[in-house]
Amino acid sequence: MSVDGKFGEFGGQYVPEALMPAIEELEDAYERYVLNNEDGFMDEFRTRLRDFGGRPTPLQRADRLSERYGREVYLKREDLVHGGAHKLNNALGQVLLAKYMGKERIIAETGAGQHGTATAMACAHLDMPCEIYMGERDINRQRPNVFRMKLNGSEVNPVTVGRGTLKEAISETMRDWATNVEDTHYVIGSVVGPHPFPSMVRDFQSVISEEARTQAQEKLGRLPDSVLACAGGGSNTMGAFAEFVSDDEVGLYAVEAGGSTLEVDEDAGVAPNSASLTTGSEGILHGARTTILQDHDGQIMESHSISSGLDYAGVGPELAHLVDIDRVTAVNVGDDDALTAFHRLSQLEGIIPALETAHAFGYLEAVAGPDATDETDALGEFVVVNVSGRGDKDLESAIEETYERDIDIAPNMDEFTGGL
Amino acid sequence: MSLEDAFADGPAFIPYLAAGDPDYESSLEYVEALERGGADIIELGLPFSEPIAEGPTIQNAVVRSLQGGMTPTRFFEFVEDLDVSVPLVCMTYYNLIYRYGDEPGPRPFVEKAASVGIEGFVVPDLPAEESEPLREACDEFGLDLVFIVAPTTRGERLERIMEQVSGYVYVQARLGTTGAQTDVSDQTDSSLARIADYDVPKAVGFGISSGEHAERIVRSGADGIIVGSALVDIVAEGTSAARQTQSDDVATGHERGDDPQAVADRLETLARELKDGAMVGASQRPPHPERT
Repeated sequence: MSVDGKFGEFGGQYVPEALMPAIEELEDAYERYVLNNEDGFMDEFRTRLRDFGGRPTPLQRADRLSERYGREVYLKREDLVHGGAHKLNNALGQVLLAKYMGKERIIAETGAGQHGTATAMACAHLDMPCEIYMGERDINRQRPNVFRMKLNGSEVNPVTVGRGTLKEAISETMRDWATNVEDTHYVIGSVVGPHPFPSMVRDFQSVISEEARTQAQEKLGRLPDSVLACAGGGSNTMGAFAEFVSDDEVGLYAVEAGGSTLEVDEDAGVAPNSASLTTGSEGILHGARTTILQDHDGQIMESHSISSGLDYAGVGPELAHLVDIDRVTAVNVGDDDALTAFHRLSQLEGIIPALETAHAFGYLEAVAGPDATDETDALGEFVVVNVSGRGDKDLESAIEETYERDIDIAPNMDEFTGGL
Repeated sequence: MSLEDAFADGPAFIPYLAAGDPDYESSLEYVEALERGGADIIELGLPFSEPIAEGPTIQNAVVRSLQGGMTPTRFFEFVEDLDVSVPLVCMTYYNLIYRYGDEPGPRPFVEKAASVGIEGFVVPDLPAEESEPLREACDEFGLDLVFIVAPTTRGERLERIMEQVSGYVYVQARLGTTGAQTDVSDQTDSSLARIADYDVPKAVGFGISSGEHAERIVRSGADGIIVGSALVDIVAEGTSAARQTQSDDVATGHERGDDPQAVADRLETLARELKDGAMVGASQRPPHPERT
C-alpha cells in the first residue's frame, strides 16, 4: 500500500500549483480521519453505510450460472447498495470527509451518472450543496440519472467541450476546483487523479472485498479462486480486489471494455475501446502517472464503450501497477459480448446488471461458457463476480443497442423499438 | 539572451499565443507581430488535448491549433521558422514532454527544445513535487524552468518552489483558470509580498487584458506581465470573422477571409498598449532601495 502516493512508477500529483495546497490539506485529512479514525470518522462512515446505504450486501450463490459454468459462482451484490451501484461507498465517504474538513461546497464529475447520483444522494443526506459536471453527450445518454441528481437538489452543469464525456467532465471539474479551492471539495468518482484520491477512494470502496472475504469464508470455508470485476477508472475493481491482493492464491481479473475493436486509429486520435490496461501506454492524465490511451505524441485519445461508465481513456494508477507486476490480470470484453451477457444474467439470475457490470460476466462466458475458446481457464472452482451496479439506468440504450446488434438470446425487440 | 536578461531594461512584457492557432502560417505572423509590439519574452503554447488549467478562451485556441495539425514535431519546426529574436518559453502539459522521443521521460523533449533555441518551460500540471526529472534535464541543456506561484501557495511550498525556479516566477494573480478579466485581482499585491525574497524576476499573469491593468500590476511591484487570453481573443475573433466571410462568399465564388495581416496588426497594437502600460507603471513606482 502506498503512503507517498506512488504505486511503483505510477501515481503522484500532477496538478496545477493552485490545487496543491488543497491536496496537501486533503492528504492530512485522509491520514487523520480515514487512516487513524480521528474523531470516530470511520465509525460514523460505517454506520451511515449500513443505515443509509444498506450494507452489508450479500454474497449470493448464482445457482444457474454455477450450473452453466460447472463451478461455484458467487455474486457480490453491490447493485443492492442504495442508489443501485457501488458508487455510494466512495461518495458517502468523501462527502462526510468534506464535512469533517469544514468544506462548504461539493463538486463532482460523472460519466454514466452513477457517481453523480451517488454524490447527490450523499449531499442531500449530509446537507451539503452540490454541483455535478456531466458531458453533454452523457446527459443525453443518461437522462433518468440527470433527473435523479436534480431531484436530490444538485445542480447539473453540462460540459460541451470535446466529445462531452467523462474525460471532459473531469477536466472541467478540476477547473472549478482550481477556482473555488478554498471552500470546495472535489468528490472524484474513481480511483484516479492525484494522490491521495486513488488510495482514499480505494479505502472507501474496499468494504466490498472486506465483506466478500469474510462471507466467502463463512459460506465455503475458504477464499475464492478468482475475483472478477469490470474496470473503467477502476473503483469497483480496486474495491473488490483490495483485501485479496495479499492472498496470492486468489486470481484477480480486471475486465475492461474492448469496445468495438482493440485496433486503435492513432491518426484520427480515436481508440474504439476503453481498454487502457490492455492497449494503453504509460503517461500522465488527470493528476497521475498511469496507463492511458494516447497517440504517439502523447495526446489523449477519445475512448469508446457501449457503457458510459467504462468509457474513459485512463485507469487508476494502483490498478495499472498491479497489472504491471502481474498481480492483476487485465482482460477485455467487447460491446457485443457485454450486451449478450447483460441479457444472459437477466434471464438466468433475475438480475439486470449495469452494462459496465455485464463486461465481467462476458469474460466468465468467454472463459467458461459452452463456446469457450480460451483453453487456459484459470478461474478455478470458486469464482466471485462483483455486480458493481444494476441496469435500470441502461434500459433505453440496451433496447437501442440490442435492436441494432441482433443479439440472439435477447427477447423479440420489435415491440420496444417503436420510436427508433 | 537568457530569460532573466529580458528583465534588465525595465518591466518585461510576456505575451502568450498557442502555436499554430488557427493555422501554421498565420500563427507565425501573429507571433512575430508580438515582438514588433514590444514583447520581451514570448510564451508559446504547445497544445495538449486535456488543458486542465485553461479557461474557455485558451481551450478553444488549443482545439483550433490541434485541428490545424499542430504536434510536438511541428511545434519545433514552428520555432525554427519563427523570425524573432526575443527568448521563447514553451508552455505545455507534462505528458507531451514525457512522451516525446524514443524513451519515456523529459530528456529527449528538452534536448530537442534546446536545439531549436527555446530558453525555458512553463508546465502548468507539474508542481515542484514532481519536477525533478524535468529540472535535471533543463540543467543539463541550460534551459530555465519557470514555476507558477498561486494565491494559495504559502509556507513551505514557497520555499520548495524557490529552490527549483529559474528564469522568472509566474505569479498567478487570482484563483481559477486562465482568462481575460475586466478587473485585475487584489490578490496580486499579497502574492508579490509573499515572494519578495525570491531572487528571480516576478512576472504576473492571469486576467491582464489592458494597458491600464499592466500599468497597475507593474506599479505594485511586478517585474513583468504575462498576457494570454486577451491576445488569443483577437486571434479567435479573426478566425470567426474569416469563417463568416468565407461562407458569405461561397455564393459569389470569392475566396476572402479576415486578412491575417489585419489580425497581426491588432495583436501588435494591443501588445504595444500593454508594453506601454507596463513602462508607465514602472515610472510611477515608488523608489525602491533594493532596486538599482
